[in-house]
Amino acid sequence: MKTANKTVSAERLVKDALEKAKFFADYHIFTYLNEEGALKKAREIDAKIKKGEKVGRLAGVPYVLKDNFLSPEGETTASAHILQGFNSPVTATAVKKLEDEGAIMIGRTNMDAFAHGSSTENSYFGPTSNACDKERVAGGSSGGSAVAVALDIVEFATGTDTGGSIRQPASFNGVYGFKPTFGTISRYGVVAMASSTDCIGFFTKTPEDMDLLMSIASGQDPKDLTTLPDYYNNAGEPAQVPLGHAVAPARRHGGRAASTSVVTCGDPQVNLRSARIGIIKDFDNESVDPEIRQALKKKCDELKKNGHEIVELSMPNLKYALAAYYIIVPAEIASNLSRYDGVRYGFRSENSKDLEALYANTRDEGFMPENKRRIMIGNFVLSSGFYDAYFLKAAKARTLIIEEYKKAFSKCDFILTPVSPNLAFKLGEKVNDPVSMYLEDVMSVPLNLAGIPGLTIPVGKSKEGLAIGLQLIGPRRSDKSLIEFAKELA
Amino acid sequence: MKYVPTIGIECHVQLSTKTKLFSEVDNDARGKEPNSCVSPVDYALPGMLPRLNGEAIKYAIRAGRAMHCNINAFSRFDRKHYFYPDSPKGYQITQFYQPIIGSGFVELPSGTKIRIEHAHLEGDAGKLTHFSDYSLVDLNRVDTPLIEIVSMPDIHSPKDAHDYCKELWRLMCYAEVTYGDLYNGNMRFDVNISLAEEDAKELGTRAEIKNLNSFKSVERAAEYEIKRQSRLLDAGEKVVQETRGWDDASGKTTGQRSKEEAKDYRYMPEPDLPPINLSKEFIDAESAKLPLMPDDYREKFNQKISEDILEILLDYPSLMKKLNEIDEKNVKSLSNLFASVLLAEEKSAEYLNDLPPSKDLNELAEMNEKKELSSTATKEVFLKLFDPQMKGRGAKNIAKELGLVQENDLGALQKIVDTVLAKPETQKAQEDFRNGQEKVIGFLVGQVMKESHGKANPAAVQEILRKTLTK
Repeated sequence: MKTANKTVSAERLVKDALEKAKFFADYHIFTYLNEEGALKKAREIDAKIKKGEKVGRLAGVPYVLKDNFLSPEGETTASAHILQGFNSPVTATAVKKLEDEGAIMIGRTNMDAFAHGSSTENSYFGPTSNACDKERVAGGSSGGSAVAVALDIVEFATGTDTGGSIRQPASFNGVYGFKPTFGTISRYGVVAMASSTDCIGFFTKTPEDMDLLMSIASGQDPKDLTTLPDYYNNAGEPAQVPLGHAVAPARRHGGRAASTSVVTCGDPQVNLRSARIGIIKDFDNESVDPEIRQALKKKCDELKKNGHEIVELSMPNLKYALAAYYIIVPAEIASNLSRYDGVRYGFRSENSKDLEALYANTRDEGFMPENKRRIMIGNFVLSSGFYDAYFLKAAKARTLIIEEYKKAFSKCDFILTPVSPNLAFKLGEKVNDPVSMYLEDVMSVPLNLAGIPGLTIPVGKSKEGLAIGLQLIGPRRSDKSLIEFAKELA
Repeated sequence: MKYVPTIGIECHVQLSTKTKLFSEVDNDARGKEPNSCVSPVDYALPGMLPRLNGEAIKYAIRAGRAMHCNINAFSRFDRKHYFYPDSPKGYQITQFYQPIIGSGFVELPSGTKIRIEHAHLEGDAGKLTHFSDYSLVDLNRVDTPLIEIVSMPDIHSPKDAHDYCKELWRLMCYAEVTYGDLYNGNMRFDVNISLAEEDAKELGTRAEIKNLNSFKSVERAAEYEIKRQSRLLDAGEKVVQETRGWDDASGKTTGQRSKEEAKDYRYMPEPDLPPINLSKEFIDAESAKLPLMPDDYREKFNQKISEDILEILLDYPSLMKKLNEIDEKNVKSLSNLFASVLLAEEKSAEYLNDLPPSKDLNELAEMNEKKELSSTATKEVFLKLFDPQMKGRGAKNIAKELGLVQENDLGALQKIVDTVLAKPETQKAQEDFRNGQEKVIGFLVGQVMKESHGKANPAAVQEILRKTLTK
């Protein structure tokens, strides 16, 4: 990560980033450009550097914020009409941690409104273009963030992943995208989609940068009771397990020297030099793009050659994941979106003659069709008489999926799968076919249901020049070793 | 036809924790500006998450133990959805599936036991004030912790309904979980009533009367409802399952919402709050902190305080607590003063909030015991002990300041008696007394009292007069 110092000023870094952001304007990456605010912060950091004062680990590093992170800089709209005009009085915990280390937000990025979608076409501001092919979708929902990193506008971007919203756009644009274990990074101050599956994560160009960002942003937050104890930063402390043999020379983790022989790992001992990699044979069929299957095969051969073991897994219960996901998640969406009623903040429909009409008009005009679809599904599966048949059954399927992963991780250390069945598709291609859009998520949503971490690793380009990514999956709380392993692969 | 009424009651109790159930904002909005006790969590800004107030868990344990309830080691929260401006999140966080307080019972003074089905923790809603063409929203009350206590349908008369609510109020006040101010809605009652023929096996169709805020209105609404439903059944009509409102002025209930129109709350587990897991040690430690309950006081004081007075005083937990603090020998006289003087005083409500120190009350009781104060003076000094302007000065000092200390020194009294007897206007009375006219002693005592400016102990004066005159 290029930080500001005595020779390269933060102002220079920020100006460069802003210039690139404007250069790529027709990709529709940004919902807000933070020119004044970013330059002001840059000058403050430069002044500190000049005086020889201590600056953070991300001093002067420009970054972009997915539009669903609350901060007082720019309107936080989640790319939804209903949040237009909303200036947040609070700052998300993740944003605060980044800014405390000197990172500078240069803009907010486009997304599917309220993160509902897999293409960034459901944004009130219109779609974002793919970094490899302007006629294609950026993926979603964190499309703007992925493209901003892919086009080298910034070195990192924040994202949220509820069913693949970081991993899939990372894959579509050829960058690293990480969804940590549920609860690793505080959700405080991030517009909620589905509380039990929402995860905060990042887009980067390298696994080293991902490691640094994770060590900064992770940790328990009293403002989010579902956050986990700060295990990510504990490298070198007793909770860790020893690795077979040395993992290469000493690396720096979060500014502290980490032991060469241990790495944080939630579950079993992992030998990063000869790991057992699971591949799911249930996913290896015609529904997956042949070029993606080929890329996976090639990677497996490479892994074998490098001394790793490939383990074939059968995970039949994963087939319930998509259905369970599209019951549990809409239910939580319907609930979490109840607060947008036009009464206290954001958009309010004019000329409503009574309270009922105010609610109905505001929500009708303020939400995108995909938002409404999910609200209706969610309310349906929660309504009395249907709860047991839908929500409860989906919750049981979720337990089966968690068990399925536990079983799988008794046979392997990591699992490698495609991120989604297809390469980036054409803009408009699936926008009127919600089911085929939902099928895009078939390989990413099981992780969210199980709460386990997944990292998109860019592995090359298709014949047409489209990015191909693979998904490296680890057991709960294996985040650190997952990223360490990605460094090995890089 | 004779019908048996069956009544179940749900009672909402606002807990008096320092902060709200899900945020660190002041939970005591009494006398504060509307919307001044509200955090972004309470007014449901995007991205805000509830953080559970651990104190509320402790309060719930105490409340549960006050009703002899089991405390569930595992409980969790659910969301109950509805759209209304008093609910900024669009849902209430409650415990629908697994409540913290399990089954128990409440024993009425009559000895009747009412079983508790369960009780759960939840956040309160905001308050709306309606005007002719607009309404104002005050969110100060949003997510004030509540426990909702659900009774079994064990109540069969309006009187028992009244007594149950009152006993619940007492229990919650003694458990020190609520301010217990009914006027300001600290406790609210939903009463459901059905009638069935005497030997019927099943309960009848019930109507629910929501949001009653006094014991009397519970009793009256139940009486009205029993009459209304009896008339319907007698006429061969059916009782409709519905929610009814109570109008205190007209003394009637009116239909609000029938079962068909009932809301579907779309309950869902609250994903932002992990389940509550309580250890046995934690539950036991909190249960042990339950203060003395009305029954404990009944047992403790039944020899010293008459039953009538005790039942009156039991409505004032602070007084019972005080009686428990003061010296045992003074309990009887002070309990009488509490009941007959303090509670009759117009400022008693104010005084009850801040009782004088026990040592002052003990001092007063002892002065009265030693006849240093007449009974009138005792009452006067007693009230002064509560007076904000006099408070803390001590009974003795106040009595002296007001010149109310009785002269008990026999030598001093003898001097006054002698002075009075030397006065020409008392000569005839002295003569009459010596001639056997007993009654005139009263006149003479009066003269001495006058001479002493009321400070003499009249009993002692009479004794001295008799001795002097018969010498």
